[in-house]
Amino acid sequence: MEDFLEIAGRKIQNRLFIGTGKFSGYAIMKQALEAAKAEVVTVALRRVDPDSKNENIMDFVPESCQVMINTSGARNADEAIRIARLAKAAGAGNWIKIEVIRDNKYLLPDNLETLKAVEVLVKENFVVFPYMSPDLSTGRRMAEAGAAAVMPLGSPIGSNRGVKTRELIEIMINEINIPIIVDAGLGRPSEACECMELGSAAVLVNTAIAVSNDPIKMAQAFSESVYAGRIAYLSGIPAAEKTASASSPLTGFLREEK
Amino acid sequence: MKITINGKSEEINIKSTLGEIIIKKGLCANNLVLEHNANIVSKEKWKDIILMENDIIEIVSFVGGG
Repeated sequence: MEDFLEIAGRKIQNRLFIGTGKFSGYAIMKQALEAAKAEVVTVALRRVDPDSKNENIMDFVPESCQVMINTSGARNADEAIRIARLAKAAGAGNWIKIEVIRDNKYLLPDNLETLKAVEVLVKENFVVFPYMSPDLSTGRRMAEAGAAAVMPLGSPIGSNRGVKTRELIEIMINEINIPIIVDAGLGRPSEACECMELGSAAVLVNTAIAVSNDPIKMAQAFSESVYAGRIAYLSGIPAAEKTASASSPLTGFLREEK
Repeated sequence: MKITINGKSEEINIKSTLGEIIIKKGLCANNLVLEHNANIVSKEKWKDIILMENDIIEIVSFVGGG
């Protein structure tokens, strides 16, 4: 059975999206992306530091990957829009993860400003992925505004705390008719698997892969876990029961029945 | 004359172009994007833009990010 996530005409088989921040170097990042067979990766845009090594991250992103530009650093809709336009002008394509954050402690997104940016960028033909605090109403508005998917957070960025927002994400998956991609806070492969079992269309992982002792193997572990969760979801996960239900037949025991 | 590049005030020669600034800074043009007074300038036009006193330049490029 062929299973893929189709976004803006692109068929995506690997539902693990990978963020490229925090790797110890671009070479190891590239190996991790290859090991995971990543198809969608995020990068950010920053002021050039003339004193830096001048390595270009794009040279280390496999050509087969779809790049998604993250507007990280934006504190309001206007800044996110500006970053999106700059990224497009730089030749990075039109896939944009809109991340608008004003809270430095928890890095929780500003859903209202994010929605404003979605509305503008969709009209400019960007393929828009808003990163948001899980909320049904705002998620619906993002979908109505033309977002390609919504990216609710599992827990704060880089916190490795897992899917603390599970019930809200489940509601979004059940009620919103565009892909739900869980982003942020997934600290281990089992948590990515959990999201996929719930019916997430994909997950985005960065920190847990990049800062592990072996990012290459960890990327692979996440990739396989995401695949396992997806297959489990498609197979129909049986409901949990309070009491036991024997797996072996309840007849033919090697004893006399009284 | 003075202009601002990436938030820092810098002294440059009169009649410098955007293109000359990039070369002078030793930057590789690939995947750079420039804003000149809040307008995005495509690479082909870098050599044509002559900078004026108090101009504001942003030079950005891609980095790792989630």
